[in-house]
Amino acid sequence: MYDPTVARLTYRALLGRRRALILGALPLLLIAISLAVRGLAGADDQTAADVLGGLALATMVPIIGVIAGTGAIGPEIDDGSVVYLLSKPIKRPTIIYTKLIVAIAVTMVFSAVPTLIAGFVLNGNGQQVAVAYTVAALVASIAYAALFLLLGTISRHAVVFGLVYALVWEALFGSLVPGARTLSVQQWALAVAQKVSGGDLVTSDVSLTTATVLLAVVTVLATWYAGQKLRSLTLAGEE
Amino acid sequence: MTTLSIDHVSRWFGNVVAVNDITMTVGPGVTGLLGPNGAGKSTLINMMGGFLAPSTGSVTLDGQQVWRNETIYRHIGVVPEREAMYDFLTGREFVVANAELHGLGAKAAQKALATVEMEYAQDRKIATYSKGMRQRVKMASALVHEPSLLLLDEPFNGMDPRQRMQLMDLLRRMGDEGRTVLFSSHILEEVEQLAWHIEVVVAGRHAASGDFRRIRRLMTDRPHRYLVRSSDDRALAAALIADPSTSGIEVDTAEGALHIQAVDFGRFTSLLPKVAREHGIRLLTVSPSDESLESVFSYLVAA
Repeated sequence: MYDPTVARLTYRALLGRRRALILGALPLLLIAISLAVRGLAGADDQTAADVLGGLALATMVPIIGVIAGTGAIGPEIDDGSVVYLLSKPIKRPTIIYTKLIVAIAVTMVFSAVPTLIAGFVLNGNGQQVAVAYTVAALVASIAYAALFLLLGTISRHAVVFGLVYALVWEALFGSLVPGARTLSVQQWALAVAQKVSGGDLVTSDVSLTTATVLLAVVTVLATWYAGQKLRSLTLAGEE
Repeated sequence: MTTLSIDHVSRWFGNVVAVNDITMTVGPGVTGLLGPNGAGKSTLINMMGGFLAPSTGSVTLDGQQVWRNETIYRHIGVVPEREAMYDFLTGREFVVANAELHGLGAKAAQKALATVEMEYAQDRKIATYSKGMRQRVKMASALVHEPSLLLLDEPFNGMDPRQRMQLMDLLRRMGDEGRTVLFSSHILEEVEQLAWHIEVVVAGRHAASGDFRRIRRLMTDRPHRYLVRSSDDRALAAALIADPSTSGIEVDTAEGALHIQAVDFGRFTSLLPKVAREHGIRLLTVSPSDESLESVFSYLVAA
């Protein structure tokens, strides 16, 4: 189910190009903002939760997810180099599964780690806020990577759609329309984080059970469907 | 013995028919797929390689379906036309990765790199390679598992004459070893130098199939048109029309040229300079006016 060669090619493609700069810039920005907030306002649990919730989980994690998820396969399909993977006796779902693992790992490293650092900078993990949001980032990384990997497999405009989903649906629409929050990866991740923190600084609109089930279903379905799409991926000629 | 069978295959994109009811069998040896740009060669090769589903019909390799069958790639090597190929890797890393994906190791990769004579540049990044070097590394990646069927889409594009010769030698050798090699090209001379069997595709249809000599004859036996300018057009016209190799001559006074229709290509081309010399006429322009490949192909389709 996992092919180390596919994994190596994927992470080198992800971390070798300009993509790596964007992947690195956002976490640095988060940490810089956290340092500034701590310096200006001092340590405050509510402020820490606001920054981690609004900036890290609602904005940075989905954007990193879009870059890593779509970037794990989209460019290869776009430029046609995916033919070197497809012309091998490897099951197509194995290619997807491997790329998913890499996308999850990259999203986690570039979103959860800086979230933890930012949390400690902001309030020294008071009321478990840093750990809770780190867990949320880890959980969200899985679902985002799967969703955006699927998007990268089916659309040439995956990055645009991904960003629209991440910013409009998760950030804007979700905050305006209560029902939309049930269908938000961010809320599912918060439900898990709420359980970890135990306090009332981290809350979710979705119950833990619903969140866990939806997270699992979305991740599995997206991965399965991406595998199916790759099986019937056609490489049209240039003529 | 590997035989690729294309059975009543059509492929359309929306309402554009790219490949129209083609049936052909490709057996061991080197086969050239010849056709003008846009004829449907790439579409056909993509279907042969299992990267595109036929809209109707079937593509099979020794009886096994090619589409949606990953195990078939144990027997197929593909050299795509597109340039993109993990430019951030070195040539060696790229070929080793391809070997690993076949379950093979660095040894197979090294052998393939040696076959295409790319060992000298194997540790350079692919991004720094010339077109010909890229082509050879692509070739190595297709050869690592010693496939019995090799598909190459326009492999000579952008190669210099020396690289072209090397690749031709290599493909010829593979054909002699009993592998089934199919390559596409829009250049007749390329196909003629390498393939003893030619399949001609024009506008999505299978126009001709067979021995290249037969197809060459079909191409050369058709009436040829020439535009000739000389120091004395009328005298030249009179002298030429006396010979059975020409079937019609028009004196175009406005253009100041002769439009000549020759029925015997070989005879006419040796006759023209001879006649001119005998009559003391200087030839200023001799140009075939319908030698474009498209006109040759459209003649073939009509034949």
